[in-house]
Amino acid sequence: MSVLLDKARLRQTRITGGVLIALGVLIAVFLAPDAPGVATFRLSRPTDVWPVPNLVVPGGAFIYVVSALLAFMGVRLFLKGGARWSALILGIGLAIAVAAFLVWATAGKSFSLTGMLQATLVRAVPIALGGLAGVLSERVAVVNIGIEGMLLAGAFTGALVGSLAGGIAGLAAAVAVGGMFGFILAALVVTYRMDQIIAGVFINLFVLGLTSYISSQVFQEYRALNNAPVFRAIEVPFLSDLPVIGPVFFNQNIFVYGAFILAGLATYYLFHTRLGLRARAVGEHPRAADTLGINVYRTRYINVTMAGMVAGFGGAWFTLGSVGRFDEGMTGGRGFIGLAAMIFGRWHPVGALLAALVFGFADSLQQKLALLRTPIPSEFLAMAPYIATIIVVAGVVGRARAPAADGKPYVKE
Amino acid sequence: MRVELKNITKRFGPVIANKGVNLTIEPGEVLGLLGENGAGKSTLMNVLCGLYDPTEGEIFIDDKPVVFDGPGDAIRAGIGMVHQHFMLVPVFSVAENVVLGVEPTGALDHLDLATARAEVERLSEDYGLAVDPDAIIETLPVGVQQRVEIIKVLFRSADVLILDEPTAVLTPQEVDEFFQIVRSLCEAGKAIVFITHKLNEILEISDRISVIRRGEIVGSGDPKELTRPELAEMMVGHPVDFDVARAPYAPREVILDVADLTVLRDHGAVAIDNLSLKVRSGEIVGIAGVQGNGQSALIEALAGLRRVASGRVTFDGTDITHISPRARHRMGIAHVPEDRQRAGLIGNFTVAENMVLDTYYGPPFAKGASIDWGRVHADAARVAEEYDVRTPSVFAAAAHLSGGNQQKLVVARELSRDTRFVIAGQPTRGLDVGSIAFIHAQLMAARDEGDGLLIVSSELDEIMAVSDRILVMFKGRIVAEYAPHIAPLDKGEIGLVMAGAAA
Ligand SMILES: Nc1ncnc2c1ncn2[C@@H]1O[C@H](COP(=O)(O)OP(=O)(O)OP(=O)(O)O)[C@@H](O)[C@H]1O
Ligand SMILES: [Mg+2]
Repeated sequence: MSVLLDKARLRQTRITGGVLIALGVLIAVFLAPDAPGVATFRLSRPTDVWPVPNLVVPGGAFIYVVSALLAFMGVRLFLKGGARWSALILGIGLAIAVAAFLVWATAGKSFSLTGMLQATLVRAVPIALGGLAGVLSERVAVVNIGIEGMLLAGAFTGALVGSLAGGIAGLAAAVAVGGMFGFILAALVVTYRMDQIIAGVFINLFVLGLTSYISSQVFQEYRALNNAPVFRAIEVPFLSDLPVIGPVFFNQNIFVYGAFILAGLATYYLFHTRLGLRARAVGEHPRAADTLGINVYRTRYINVTMAGMVAGFGGAWFTLGSVGRFDEGMTGGRGFIGLAAMIFGRWHPVGALLAALVFGFADSLQQKLALLRTPIPSEFLAMAPYIATIIVVAGVVGRARAPAADGKPYVKE
Repeated sequence: MRVELKNITKRFGPVIANKGVNLTIEPGEVLGLLGENGAGKSTLMNVLCGLYDPTEGEIFIDDKPVVFDGPGDAIRAGIGMVHQHFMLVPVFSVAENVVLGVEPTGALDHLDLATARAEVERLSEDYGLAVDPDAIIETLPVGVQQRVEIIKVLFRSADVLILDEPTAVLTPQEVDEFFQIVRSLCEAGKAIVFITHKLNEILEISDRISVIRRGEIVGSGDPKELTRPELAEMMVGHPVDFDVARAPYAPREVILDVADLTVLRDHGAVAIDNLSLKVRSGEIVGIAGVQGNGQSALIEALAGLRRVASGRVTFDGTDITHISPRARHRMGIAHVPEDRQRAGLIGNFTVAENMVLDTYYGPPFAKGASIDWGRVHADAARVAEEYDVRTPSVFAAAAHLSGGNQQKLVVARELSRDTRFVIAGQPTRGLDVGSIAFIHAQLMAARDEGDGLLIVSSELDEIMAVSDRILVMFKGRIVAEYAPHIAPLDKGEIGLVMAGAAA
């Protein structure tokens, strides 16, 4: 019986095995001979409460071990099947391949691993919040292409109001303006049944044009309007003293904490509350929700507005959470990457957060590798983690399913 | 609670679905509502349950006029409806679907699923509606989904229950159980509106019958004084011939040969277990069985929509076990799917588009890469006319047709082509008596032209009316075979075998 069942999965496992073997061979051939000396990863600073020794890895040997491991896992998968674990094994395989890559790049040098992980979290923030905004609105079946614009609006408002009235006020204003754009999107697509993609693109273009204009015409002249205070990192007592984990998770600014807390809250809201159940019903089968007396339109308005508020908060990160100054188009497509994180995260808040962390890791990896002066142009390096992500998503995550009514307007009779 | 509809008119653009309807629903009484496909029954009930605003007219509850601003108001007023097309969220569990809209909650709006589960269990015990509260809807057979819908209405403790064709997908045993439920609800003082196309059912369960034709009430009566032919005539406006005329049984060579077929369900359980059967040209083979015994998987496997785990399907000497649905289609195999809305049509497409879903890509409808829409529309109009698909025009969205007319649309598309073999699941689900007779005649005509036909229906009467041979399916196997040309059929005996007596 199980033999019959597994035919298709067996093929998939074989492919996975093949990928791992190929990866192992590539690493052995190209990376191992080119990694003389030891790679030193700094884990803590000398001033830390509990300093931990550096992680010293012999380059060539480590890489050979990784490639051997990859080959072993690949061969096992290829020959024995074991479909149930193939996704997990692929994930582990990719993770150690990335580790081998890092060791190769660091061989003979040293660099701060903790610093890179810390940067990973920071860079994941806008993507995670963008993804979360996507989850909130697509769960009620409104496709939100406008997240990029909402992030930008949040960044701009944060800088402007922050400069005039302080960080807290700037943050509140950013959230409010994000929410306003969410409300506008809801009005356009729910009440006026405008095409959801067009409405989102409209918001993006509108915000980009308006903020660019003001920043080039007004901020140039009145610099004081674009000079907001930045939220500093807040150390969580005791926990921030833990080695590695402390600086990475417990010594960050409110945006990082906010992303984690919001992902948790959104999970609770969507999957454990009455309103969340209704919201998901509206995204899956609006007519059924309607026949049960759930107001489909109002549910969409509320959720899309909340999504806008989350995006506004994420947008404020660009200014109040990092440089304190607004630049034209400074969100640089993070809203769209957030949408990718939402899909990779299977329309789940925590999934989106994890996916955003992978992207954040990619981002900070690229930055660190550029510092390490590897022979590969950094643009190419930056691509590798994305490719890995796509493999992980295709192999590990599998087929994700969007809410059934996603993107479709609901028309009451 | 007494509900009165006064002078209700409902228009959809130019279409008048209800015209000046007056109807009274009394507590403790079952009101049977009868009418042809497209007569306006569902529309009228959707007005009553607050889903549609009436164009004209008023609703009175206990002599007080009420206006429903959406179904929520109607539910609060005590009116609940089981819709003809289920209103269940496919990815939610049974318990989540049941409580949706009236959820038990704890602090912080926390969804109290434990209570929900317990409530479902209590209701399913009280009324004998067995369901697993944690099952995900999309994995359940339609018969079970039906039970979930009923539990949903009961959970809202409605005083008026509108049941729109609740028995269309139930087996005879399930119907008996269902009637017990209806009776006990009546005794509890609830008012029931019962819509069905099955005349014997309506005669059995109703206290009063109203007949609706082309949007108007054309008559009412006492079931004790009415007979089936009278009702049928009231419905369609002329006498209906119930008997299927059939030519003598003259089977030819084997056209479909299924050998040792094993098919799995989505989650790996065995749906069809080493099943073999043969169908000859010029015969109708009917598969009888209680729903959930693998019939759906059999149809899907033969139509190419479900992977065959092992075994062989041979069509006219060619191995078709693993070929695509389109290739099968090109060989002349027609497929009427069990669930018209899920697999039969695309709701947002027009009637004409739906009519050519299977043939748009080749002549005569396609010229190179473009579609000859004039041809498509003309052809669709002709077929719709021939099969009596009641639609304002071929440009109407399929989703706006009445349930029975959607079914006729699917059947028309599949049978109007040149076919050699027909696989049909519940071909007359939701059709009125006139339409059933017509579809049966079409199936019979296909047989007499030399097609092989494999028909699955949970309606034993239908299977007995059309089949040349009857195979009974139980737990994924064929457990018995009957042939009316060899020995007369015994409905009671077949019913027992369906329930597993022979296994
Ligand atoms: N949303 C809609 N838009 C346009 N026309 C509609 C709509 N809903 C129903 N109609 C039309 O109203 C008429 C009555 O449909 P209704 O669904 O009430 O019939 P019915 O009596 O329930 O038939 P059946 O037995 O086939 O379910 C049909 O002609 C149908 O095409
Ligand atoms: Mg109907």
